Amino acid sequence: MPHASPQTDGAWTPAQIQDVIDAHKSMPGAMLPTLHAIQDRFGHIPEAAIPIIAESLRHTRADVHGIISFYHHFRTQLPGRSVVQVCRAEACQARGCRQLESHVKAVLGVDYHHTTSDGEITLEPVYCLGNCACGPTIRVNDEIHGRMTAAKFDRLAEELTATVVEVR
Amino acid sequence: MMTTTVYVPRDTTALSLGADAVASRLERAARQRSLDLRIVRNGSRGLSWLEPLVEVETTKGRVAYGPVEPEDVEALIEAGLFEGRQDHPLALGLTEEIPYLRNQQRLTFSRIGVTDPLSLEDYTTLRGFEGLKKALACDAQGIVDEVKSSGLRGRGGAAFPTAIKWQTVHDQPEGQKYIVCNADEGDSGTFADRLIMECDPYLLIEGMAIAGLAVGATQGYVYLRSEYPNAHAIFGEAISRARTAGYLGDDMLASGKDFHLEVRLGAGAYICGEETSLLESLEGKRGLVRAKPPLPAIEGLFGRPTVVNNVLSLAAIPYILDHGGQAYADYGMGKSRGTLALQLAGNVARGGLVELAFGVTLRELMENFGGGTQSGRPLKAVQVGGPLGAYLPESQWDSPIDYEGFAAFGGVVGHGGVVMFDDSVDMGDQARFAMEFCSVESCGKCTPCRIGAVRGVEVIDRIRAGERAEENLVLLADLCDTMVDGSLCAMGGMTPFPVQSVMKHFPDDLIRPRAEGGR
Repeated sequence: MPHASPQTDGAWTPAQIQDVIDAHKSMPGAMLPTLHAIQDRFGHIPEAAIPIIAESLRHTRADVHGIISFYHHFRTQLPGRSVVQVCRAEACQARGCRQLESHVKAVLGVDYHHTTSDGEITLEPVYCLGNCACGPTIRVNDEIHGRMTAAKFDRLAEELTATVVEVR
Repeated sequence: MMTTTVYVPRDTTALSLGADAVASRLERAARQRSLDLRIVRNGSRGLSWLEPLVEVETTKGRVAYGPVEPEDVEALIEAGLFEGRQDHPLALGLTEEIPYLRNQQRLTFSRIGVTDPLSLEDYTTLRGFEGLKKALACDAQGIVDEVKSSGLRGRGGAAFPTAIKWQTVHDQPEGQKYIVCNADEGDSGTFADRLIMECDPYLLIEGMAIAGLAVGATQGYVYLRSEYPNAHAIFGEAISRARTAGYLGDDMLASGKDFHLEVRLGAGAYICGEETSLLESLEGKRGLVRAKPPLPAIEGLFGRPTVVNNVLSLAAIPYILDHGGQAYADYGMGKSRGTLALQLAGNVARGGLVELAFGVTLRELMENFGGGTQSGRPLKAVQVGGPLGAYLPESQWDSPIDYEGFAAFGGVVGHGGVVMFDDSVDMGDQARFAMEFCSVESCGKCTPCRIGAVRGVEVIDRIRAGERAEENLVLLADLCDTMVDGSLCAMGGMTPFPVQSVMKHFPDDLIRPRAEGGR
């Protein structure tokens, strides 16, 4: 299946959040595993879930907010159906990622940290995907794509949108 | 009917270039021909520019084809791929005879690409877990002494002697101790940790178990960056299989000793590659750098004595225990013993992993192995050691790579990443990016780093806009000194290195006003 990733409509209930927390809270250093699990399941960490997390893990709300906002990976808003990350780091720069990122932004019509108006794709920067001999590299959900070109990206973007039409 | 065995790698690079589609086309073609085909999803050999590198088992050994795109499969089969024929332009002959591979000294990476990464049988057939068995037969001090005699120094970048860390933790009173593996491989141009975890995961598991025995730790954590989903999946599965087979857990290999291992995912923060920030993150906090002392070896994870080692340091351990510390120390030069995993990246014709004894020069590496730039244009600069490493001009390409030699001219070996740039690069852009990256990734705890990086971007922008360039260059030099001297950790303390190297070696790129619409 292309570009596989758990798609979610982001819907959640406090009881579901509590279930996820309870499955992780006995781990030493439970905060990051818990936040990951919530985001993996609901696509984001809803602001309204922060008090529940804080209460269960015995932190203040401010602490939990501070932790979520510290890490680039965590998000409190539901992203588009696909998250596209463009590697901006040096090894990809040496292989033309600056031109690629301009192209990607132009094609999608959004800047980093934004979602296309149709809600399909959220664009994010990333600093290294460990594919440094075969860049430029982008990540689409959990798939890595190397030797990316403008033409290859256009096909990919089309596929991402086409998949959605099929599903509906 | 004879079975034909074909290898199609499953590491991130191969997958990013269509290896799954190559494998399924091979399968389909074999079905159509009623051929009995066995596809092994091996790791990568580390010859990244040839990925996906498909190999076929023959009576003479494994022969290779690459880079194989899904569209090439049919033609390759027509040209006799299943029989190992070498008539197609993508045919590379015997894999082991490819000069890039043959000319390496693979001690740590001896198995990558050879085996199915998850096969315990493959691993043990090639001496896997022999180091652990020898460790189980020694006392703890004996293990530390073996590592001491190898001369191994931390491969994460700081080059601190591994055995001294281990000795310190070993000497702490009994009680809960931890082994923490730093797998937050955030330096651009590096992918060796990923190759270990995706292509030979049991090696890291074995190294960590040995470390646990050496210092009396029963719990290990691998802190893996979230940017590596494939490594996460493969390594997680390897832990589970190793546990089932008795190589991990309570009473491992019926020795009466315990070692438990768990992977924890980071969440996209470069600073968490710094060891104290990593520990904070593992504890579930913001990844703020801790002041040292106390050293993690005395007060580390959850306040307990902790060994924090890079993936490559831990992956070197099984060889050292199996063959003896001296065998490892026989490689290398000066105070840099053993081999270094160099990673050729960026604008390079033949990028990939090159494991060699310390002492090779950058030029030999970039020319003989790398084959020059991918674009075919002249090479202009090379950044060694990640985003905090200096940009080295041609005058510095002939010094042998070792920790002391590089430090002598302000270079950084770091994690062994070598990022090549051709002459189309604007070094002013690169200097600006170094500051920009620091402003994005600074943990914010100390002022020189948090504020300095932001001011750095602004000053560089003014210089490049031709705004009182001379005065602002003085200001930039002063800012760099402040960051180097005043920052709490290497993030702020080394971000100026690439900037200073551009000021010193490529001043024309920095001062020249940017042409409209130009590069």
